[in-house]
Amino acid sequence: MAAIYSLFIINKSGGLIFYKDYGSAGRMDTNDSLRLASLWHSMHAISQQLSPTMGCSGIELLEADTFDLHCFQSLTGTKFFVVCEPGTQHMDDLLKIIYELYTDYVLKNPFYEMEMPIRCELFDLNLSQAIQKDRVALLGR
Amino acid sequence: MAPVAPRSGDAVFANIERVNAELFTLTYGAIVRQLLTDLEEVEEVNKQLDQMGYNIGIRLIDEFLAKSNISRCVDFKETAEVIAKVGFKMFLGVSASVTNWEADGTCCSLVLEDNPLVDFVELPDTCQGLYYCNILSGVIRGALEMVSMKTEVTWVRDMLRGDDAYELRVKLLKQVPEEYPYKDDE
Repeated sequence: MAAIYSLFIINKSGGLIFYKDYGSAGRMDTNDSLRLASLWHSMHAISQQLSPTMGCSGIELLEADTFDLHCFQSLTGTKFFVVCEPGTQHMDDLLKIIYELYTDYVLKNPFYEMEMPIRCELFDLNLSQAIQKDRVALLGR
Repeated sequence: MAPVAPRSGDAVFANIERVNAELFTLTYGAIVRQLLTDLEEVEEVNKQLDQMGYNIGIRLIDEFLAKSNISRCVDFKETAEVIAKVGFKMFLGVSASVTNWEADGTCCSLVLEDNPLVDFVELPDTCQGLYYCNILSGVIRGALEMVSMKTEVTWVRDMLRGDDAYELRVKLLKQVPEEYPYKDDE
């Protein structure tokens, strides 16, 4: 089973810096993924402005017929979001874990340039382990 | 889902992978020494240390936020407390105290009684103008800039210069609201 379809990380100016898809559903090419990332960035910004509550931090969950989109924005403006099967639980926790992995294996890499696309093997490795673990946990639940 | 409770500096410090304190202190000493050799001017070294700190700070802030589960601070007072109690504890293993608030709440002092960076340091006469720990001020400036606070951080007291504690003056210059490149229709 593939609970998670894909994972995106976008920098604070809306550029896609990381994209990975899992399984076959919802796979898209580079152009589409870039487009989707900047589209989400704008929608997120608009949702903040449209929200009737003060100090709204933007959309956290988008529920559609065929997928759920969970988004987490760090206080520094980087957004992490996963597209997953409708009704998948505990995605907030997974996004927190991915954020921690990002701080550990991307930001601490002295050769990573801020706001640029992420090409760090250690990050990829630890990320797939985290996702794997999440899947195993899902099966167990 | 209920938000995760913020973790204390001690809790994070206990869980984080650490290195031998001496290795850390000596490495920092070697860097400062090398900078003095390379740049020759003490003023330039101060500047370089600050810049290095800034570069660390803009990355470190994310780790801080990710591992401490701190949510948005309501005002600068809370920010200062969080830096002193959680930030310093998490990364240096010591905590600072916040004092000398200016009436308008935009300027305060962080006082460090204990500073692991200077364990074996004695400043020679030739480097009297050196702010040995200038990297720390850069870290704070860089970290706060990433959460939209422009600050100015300066050393007021320095034990290496014969004072009784380390005192960092943190001044909030302006709070840059998160802005978008478009304007509402005018």
